[in-house]
Amino acid sequence: MDSIILTTVIMLGVLAATLAVVLFVVAQKFKVIEDARIGETENTLPGANCGGCGYTGCRAFAEALVKADDISNMFCPVGGNATMSKVAEVLGKTVEVKESLVAVVRCSGSCENRPRVNEFDGAVSCSVMAATYSGDTDCSFGCFGKGDCVPVCNFDAISINKETLLPEVDENKCTACGACVKACPKFIIELRKKGIKSRRIYVSCMNKDKGAIARKACKTACIGCAICRKNCEFDAITIENFLAYIDADKCRLCRKCVDVCPQKSIIELNFPPRKPRIETQEIKAAGTVNTEVITN
Amino acid sequence: MIKTFKRGGVHPHENKISQNAALEQLLPEGIVRIFISQHIGAPAECIVAKGDKVKVGQLIAKANGFVSVNVHSSVSGTVLGMEDVADYQGIKKPAICIQVEGDEWDENIDRSSEINRDLSKSAEEILAKITEAGLVGLGGATFPTHVKLAVPKGKTAKAIIINGAECEPYLTSDHRVMLEKGEELLIGVQLLKKTVNVDKAYIGIETNKQDAIDNLTKLSANYSGIEIVPLVPKYPQGGEKQLIKSITGLEVPDRALPIETGCIVSNICTTFAVYEAVQKNKPLFENSVTITGKNLKVQKNFIVRVGTPLSQLINAIGGFPENTGKVISGGPMMGRAISNLDAPTLKGSGAVLFITKDEAKRGVKSNCIRCSKCVAACPMGLQPFLLYKLAELNMLEDLKEHAVHACIECGCCLYTCPANLPLVDYIRLGKTRAMKLIVKPK
Amino acid sequence: MDKLIISPSPHVHGEFNTKRLMRDVIIALLPAMLVSFWFFGINAIVVVGVSVISCVVFEYLIQKYLLKTTPTISDLSAVVTGLILSFNLPPNLPVWLVVVGCFIAIGVGKMTFGGLGNNPFNPALVGRVFLLIARPVEMTTWALPSTFSLSFDATTGATPLAIIKEGLKNGQTIEQIKESADYTFNYLDTLFGHIGGSLGEVSALALLIGFVYLLVRKVITWHIPVTIFLSVIIFSGTLFLINPDRFIDPVFHLLTGGMILGAVYMATDYVTSPMTPKGMIIYGAGIGLLTIIIRTFGSYPEGMSFAILFFNALVPLINKYIKPKLFGEIK
Repeated sequence: MDSIILTTVIMLGVLAATLAVVLFVVAQKFKVIEDARIGETENTLPGANCGGCGYTGCRAFAEALVKADDISNMFCPVGGNATMSKVAEVLGKTVEVKESLVAVVRCSGSCENRPRVNEFDGAVSCSVMAATYSGDTDCSFGCFGKGDCVPVCNFDAISINKETLLPEVDENKCTACGACVKACPKFIIELRKKGIKSRRIYVSCMNKDKGAIARKACKTACIGCAICRKNCEFDAITIENFLAYIDADKCRLCRKCVDVCPQKSIIELNFPPRKPRIETQEIKAAGTVNTEVITN
Repeated sequence: MIKTFKRGGVHPHENKISQNAALEQLLPEGIVRIFISQHIGAPAECIVAKGDKVKVGQLIAKANGFVSVNVHSSVSGTVLGMEDVADYQGIKKPAICIQVEGDEWDENIDRSSEINRDLSKSAEEILAKITEAGLVGLGGATFPTHVKLAVPKGKTAKAIIINGAECEPYLTSDHRVMLEKGEELLIGVQLLKKTVNVDKAYIGIETNKQDAIDNLTKLSANYSGIEIVPLVPKYPQGGEKQLIKSITGLEVPDRALPIETGCIVSNICTTFAVYEAVQKNKPLFENSVTITGKNLKVQKNFIVRVGTPLSQLINAIGGFPENTGKVISGGPMMGRAISNLDAPTLKGSGAVLFITKDEAKRGVKSNCIRCSKCVAACPMGLQPFLLYKLAELNMLEDLKEHAVHACIECGCCLYTCPANLPLVDYIRLGKTRAMKLIVKPK
Repeated sequence: MDKLIISPSPHVHGEFNTKRLMRDVIIALLPAMLVSFWFFGINAIVVVGVSVISCVVFEYLIQKYLLKTTPTISDLSAVVTGLILSFNLPPNLPVWLVVVGCFIAIGVGKMTFGGLGNNPFNPALVGRVFLLIARPVEMTTWALPSTFSLSFDATTGATPLAIIKEGLKNGQTIEQIKESADYTFNYLDTLFGHIGGSLGEVSALALLIGFVYLLVRKVITWHIPVTIFLSVIIFSGTLFLINPDRFIDPVFHLLTGGMILGAVYMATDYVTSPMTPKGMIIYGAGIGLLTIIIRTFGSYPEGMSFAILFFNALVPLINKYIKPKLFGEIK
């Protein structure tokens, strides 16, 4: 009995010692010396590996950050400014504070607004559809609704609304990594400034056809009538190819364009519900009365 | 012995129901719209202005560079100007619009029905005429003919191969040309031979067109160096590489042009157009178009002017046929579905095909059962099931490694797939992406 | 005018669809099924019936309630699995074991991997081998054939392969075994199925009729079955020539056991066989070789199932390295 235990112990001991030596030698032989800062930088990154920075993953981005002298042009859209300032701390480099962005879908051509005129029967893919023809509506610029943008999103922030067949962005989840922008063959998704309190105004249309054709294709198409441009006090709206575009840097969120747009193709997001105009006047009137009372 | 190619291929139901309809002329009315780009290469440059009077066959847009072709007016009338016009697929492209007024032809065009058998022109003269006439390959690819006939330096052509396979189901316009314009066709072949300086020409015809084989065999006795090669009916025999393989047994090397094998392939309609351009001074402004479908009351083979609205062709067969699920420009295997029925015809539109409702839809997609039928059907020796998956996942490097560039998009894989997977849809997409052919629109 | 349908080319589709292929396999299996009904009577009918029904039911239940997807039982693939599994079972197997086998085949062999098209191993074989290892006694108690009877009782005996194996173990030569009392068959019996064995494997002729049907209907190609047969003939023939006393002749190997059933119906399973003709030839040759090795040198009398499962595992490797030759490929 003793001898069995002894043999076992000796055998295992020898085995352990041999393997330890082998492991040690191998570990020494294949040791990779690496800049410790890469690991540190990587730890500050979110680890989403989404590719939004333009590199293949967080590791590659960390390597690039360590290597680069000037990192002011490099940005992690997922982590945003907080992450980048941490990175700057770790690496002792400077970064610029960037405005946070969010993806917006520039098409309002729901099934109701934009009737389908034919039926697509190929692979369920916007890209395949775009390579086949101009689309299943009379608008050849709008969303195809086959959802190429959905699986590319690593953050589960975009989904196709089954009723409108348009993609919807969950702005709390969206990190503006740009994957959906690249995936969309119609280029209708744009990364826009998130804005104060997430308030945004944008033209939700990409139709570059002449007004009459656009109007026929879709109830909410931008017809390039330029009424919005005339009413904008801040010169934020430009019109090119019968399509209006609002420059987010110049826009002061006054919402005048939203009111005047005859096609309802300019969209406001996250604004408080506006009070009916007549009511506003009444309040103003009441206010004046009150002041008078007080002065008296 | 009847020849064919060995690897892959399928044989769909032929459905050549329009093969007995003789060619008929169809003259356009109202407004014709002629695209300035109806070929592979740079768009032509418009040289007419609004209000100009043009005649049939008059040059209206000039080739812009070597890989580009001239565009001629197909009607006589007044130019209304340039406009963006939606094509068959609804994609807008610039086109010259002309109001049709009568049918007055350019004086230089020989309109007599006499056959001009004069073969005294030199190679340069012939090539110049072909270039001038704006010829493109009418088999579907619309590649400029004069570019194809320009043999690259250091290469020598050994034979001309004329593609009379017409392996696509339903299509019969090549068949009709071979029957009705046999002699003109053979003169066209002789002209092509002279242009590229070869003594030998083969005309490959599938045996389902026995009358065409007989007709051309009889006529070719008067012309030296033309051999009629009967072929086993099989799709895609009309593919350039497959046709060369069938007839000569040579394989075009991977990533190389057919000239590597010493062969230059030309389509039947193109060859006929060569005859007309060289012997009759007639530019390419009309071509034969098959209008067919199981639900049509009449099957037609029209000679149609370029730019005629499709709606006029549909009127000519008695209005839009009932029970139509799908309209296709070209054959059912490689043709493109038409979404815009008002679009004007192009140089390369060889057929308009109506598919009935019950045949129009694809079957329900299910799991890949890895039956390897697509591998067996692929004429290029690819693995479609794999390329499909890689393209769906957008793995471009792996696509390149598995030779996605070699895909000829013939559709045999999807045709044979028991799970109805959209194989070629994704492979086509993956091919364009992997080869970086996708260009962002302005 | 209704909406036009738009799709990329091609706009026509060929004759094949999954359901048709599966239906053809079922039709091809019918002759062998009828033979088994004739020889094994009501027992065979019960095993086949229970197996097919429970495979379909398990697939339906798992897809509907576990995976919450639309059940795809209408593609008939579960019926094929059920049929092939029952063909691999002894006709007198207790019904509860059949149900367990079906559960393993569909639940473990097929659905865990994602259903039809994604399973690395032939589901029917997974079920069969599971039963063989878990309940070896029941799985190797073979009913002997009699003419059609409605009685559940059956006389049991050994399969030809088992008799040979046993005899060789006892030091007898092939000649002596063939003269012994147990060995009562000739090649004609194996052809028509008058031997002991699994339910569907007994009649070589019925299975070969199905093989011809599958070839005519283009459901399978010749590559896998023919290379399996050839490799069996070559390898066992060589052994036979070396020592006819120890090794039995190739014809015996071909006609007995699950050889034909395995080569024609199980090795050719689309999902678990290679994609290219060249790969299929390698796969077939390997299966033939391994079967003979197991049959001659292993402890089991039968080796077809193990050989097929082993090469199922190698299929991804074969697919990776054996590619079809590209048109115009430059060497």
